Amino acid sequence: MLLKRLIVCLDVRNGRVTKGVRFQGNVDVGDPVEMAARYCADGADEIVFYDITASAERRACDLDMVARAARALSVPFTVGGGIRGVEDMRAALLAGADKVSLNSLAVQTPDILTQGAKAFGSQCVVLGMDAKRVPVTATIPSGYEVVIHGGRTPTGRDALAWAKEAVDRGAGEICLNAIDTDGVRQGYELDITGLVAQAVPVPVIASGGAGAIQHLVDVFQIARADAALVASMVHTMGFTCQSIKDGLRQAGIPVR
Amino acid sequence: MVTILDYGAGNLTSVRLAFERLGETPTLITRADEWRGGRIVFPGVGSAASGMAGLRARGFDALLRRAADEGVPILGVCLGMQLLLEGSEEDGGVEGLGLIPGRCVRFDPTRDPTAKIPHMGWNTVDQTPHPLWAGIPDGAAFYFVHSFFARPAAETDIAGRTEHCGERFASALTHGSLFATQFHPERSGEAGAALLRNFLSWEAR
Repeated sequence: MLLKRLIVCLDVRNGRVTKGVRFQGNVDVGDPVEMAARYCADGADEIVFYDITASAERRACDLDMVARAARALSVPFTVGGGIRGVEDMRAALLAGADKVSLNSLAVQTPDILTQGAKAFGSQCVVLGMDAKRVPVTATIPSGYEVVIHGGRTPTGRDALAWAKEAVDRGAGEICLNAIDTDGVRQGYELDITGLVAQAVPVPVIASGGAGAIQHLVDVFQIARADAALVASMVHTMGFTCQSIKDGLRQAGIPVR
Repeated sequence: MVTILDYGAGNLTSVRLAFERLGETPTLITRADEWRGGRIVFPGVGSAASGMAGLRARGFDALLRRAADEGVPILGVCLGMQLLLEGSEEDGGVEGLGLIPGRCVRFDPTRDPTAKIPHMGWNTVDQTPHPLWAGIPDGAAFYFVHSFFARPAAETDIAGRTEHCGERFASALTHGSLFATQFHPERSGEAGAALLRNFLSWEAR
């Protein structure tokens, strides 16, 4: 039976892991690769590294960190942030990343999804999408708008429509981050996660809002997400991956 | 001594690093005449047609046939496993190496409309007794990424089974000195590392 995945997200700022609240106010919580290796040993199924300062500084993601992670980790890992085109994707994958996450770049240059899928296969191409709840309109019928640049720039695009288009263009997985719930630990945004998970034929990773094991139970059982991303739960709130998985098992959710 | 075949089918960094974590220093080769004996790892991701073309261009098709004949332990992974079969329905039909009887077919989404294809993520493997499973609990999970799967002709060639999309498919195969996995042991945590370690000490014959 295909198991539900627990993915640990590490936001990397100037080479250190930080945890932010709604993209503001970040606290230093450690070295990314050391932390990832610990989470891996603790039962994390996958790791995501977001280099959140790379884009602003107009540089590629930290390839030394990617190479260190590839040596240390025996589970798949994704890198995002600072990817400027196919050559940056190639460099990250050659350094040992399993997947590359594309967010603002994919919105601005959707063809990058197709180019990436053709060059490396869809399984390497993750669409990272930030969605914000807005009033339902003719152009945004799902009630969720795609926002970019870490949530600062609205795009006028419907999140559900963009998810479908991105998959048609070559995305092999979607990591859906709900801006409204991100960092506030009150649970994932189940509505848009469920809409996207049912609409696309590729796996959907729910992101933003986990603060209790029940939140993961809900996003798996109600929204039918394929994977759930956690950050502060394991970085600062005292949960271990194993304790989360024990709770999921008790709720009848199959995990590794 | 471990040799990894580099035939242009995907990047082999994670396979090499997984063996390095076990204290091995694998040799990557791009031509058949670079093989100096010893165990062979035959990985790969990508399409069957380009994979076979890459194998032939480097003489690896003949090398694998010879090594299998001589009883050299060979580990096929993902596309490497699929190409050991007689053929694949991918890319309009591709002839494989034919070292294991059977073919490779695509998941049929009508068998389970809720199943996602590609089959991506951790899934459990029900083992058939084999030295490469030593120390790994039956039903342990491994990491998969694929849309096609092996349908071997002989039950006896099946070393492990996994369920997805209405299929209970062969997720591990064995035939003589060949062992092959649809999943990625190099990305499967402790269980995957144990399988690779077992491969390094496997006396195939």
